[in-house]
Amino acid sequence: MTVKTHSKLEKIMAAGHLAITGECGPPRGTDIAEVEHKVNLVKDYVDAINVTDNQTAVTRMSSLAACIKIKLMGFEPVLQMVCRDRNRIALQSDILGAAAFGINNVLCLSGDHQSFGDCATGQNVYDLDSMQLVQTVRHMRDEGKFLGGADIKRPPQMFVGAAANPFADPFEIRVPRLAKKVAAGAEFIQTQCIYNLERFEEWMRLARERGLTEKVKIMAGVTPMKSVGMAKYMKNRVPGMDVPDDVVARMAGVPKEKQPEEGLKICVETIQRLKEVKGVAGFHIMAIEWEEVVGGIVKDAGLYPRPVVD
Amino acid sequence: MIVAEQKPLEEIAESVKDRDKILIVGCNECVTVCEAGGKKEVGVLASALRMYFRNQGKDVQIDERTLERQCDREYLEEIRDIADTYDVILSLACGVGVQFMAEMYHSMPVMPGVNTCFLGATEERGVWTERCQACGSCVLASTGGVCPVSRCAKRVLNGPCGGSGKGKCEINKEVDCAWQLIVDRLKALDRMADYETLAPLKDWSTDRAGGPRKVVREDVKA
Repeated sequence: MTVKTHSKLEKIMAAGHLAITGECGPPRGTDIAEVEHKVNLVKDYVDAINVTDNQTAVTRMSSLAACIKIKLMGFEPVLQMVCRDRNRIALQSDILGAAAFGINNVLCLSGDHQSFGDCATGQNVYDLDSMQLVQTVRHMRDEGKFLGGADIKRPPQMFVGAAANPFADPFEIRVPRLAKKVAAGAEFIQTQCIYNLERFEEWMRLARERGLTEKVKIMAGVTPMKSVGMAKYMKNRVPGMDVPDDVVARMAGVPKEKQPEEGLKICVETIQRLKEVKGVAGFHIMAIEWEEVVGGIVKDAGLYPRPVVD
Repeated sequence: MIVAEQKPLEEIAESVKDRDKILIVGCNECVTVCEAGGKKEVGVLASALRMYFRNQGKDVQIDERTLERQCDREYLEEIRDIADTYDVILSLACGVGVQFMAEMYHSMPVMPGVNTCFLGATEERGVWTERCQACGSCVLASTGGVCPVSRCAKRVLNGPCGGSGKGKCEINKEVDCAWQLIVDRLKALDRMADYETLAPLKDWSTDRAGGPRKVVREDVKA
């Protein structure tokens, strides 16, 4: 498969390897050392690191600034961009800024509603939606033009991704929605955290049937759970999350001090099972504030060492 | 219609507290239907304010009037003869009416008695919900008659977002997911194929983004 950008993530998946991405939430302050620390914990075990964009609508250091730091460390960031906070001028501007620093991956998202965060009385923007942001980045890259029609001097060369939630409702449009994102220009997909494997496998089957796995690289999202409390919280409180009762019961079935270990086991088993699903091109490991376990998960899942591409 | 709700009595009282003669003016249109600023509400508010000021030992004259519309100069003109005799006009019309009143009576303080909320409909007596944000470029033809601009918290034109669960919005389990409603409606119309048509980037220049708007109809102008 030919590659279109300098993205390491794109090259790894194009070469037929299962790619691994990690995640870094920027700090609630100006200490860039926190970013360095998180990156150093995972960099040998993942191919690229997603940097979240004011996730859960809580104000943090900008994703772009943290991505630049990661790039300067010699590593591969994935710039997450939400449509909540910026209009089409600011989005295009940040895409240029990111590309200028050699940031080769972007993940286009709607963003959690601001009512969840620390500025619930603030305005939101939503000038574009996530699919239109995908279209925008592809337009800038492939046509070499701004949305306004003018030529871009040295257009951004980015591998363009989007999120997919196989578990959100209504289920019957989950695959048509994926098809729509692919039609908009998404080249890779990172999914919501998977705990309901049957439902995910069914979604993948339908995606294969429509030929979508030939057109887009689907990375299965996983998050290790630290405790039964976290399992219950994700089941009941996190929008669009599907944590089946048997997963909660399994976490509850071991003593509290053994629960982190059980959570990691579930995560590794999930990856091992999904590795065999046709069309899964990699894994997106979101070990939220638990970055030190990523290496162990990757090793135990048989995905270490990481492939080298030029 | 324009849906409004009355401001708290304390806030209204604070805005007119130094005045001796107050004219409360209601409107017979939208605010009457949503029971925020019609003749009945004018009467109730007048009584409440009289009692409020009496309890504070103040003697304030509060008169009542309700006009056919406050978004029409012709009707606002009806109080021309008496307006000057008051210290303040308290308008229970929507924000449009308050402003038109202030424009007509330039040296008269005009205070709002309601918060103008949205363009909506009556679900049942006492319950009104939003249906339109007057974006100036209607998309209802392609969304099965359900508006994603006014009914989706992220005004997502290619929805639903990942926060849709069991037909409800991520911001509140009481709020329907607009895109669930759109999908349900497209199904009922046997138009699900339309779901996969990408909605293009919206031209928001007809929305508030483009600045204060104006509609001019040369064919009907006097």
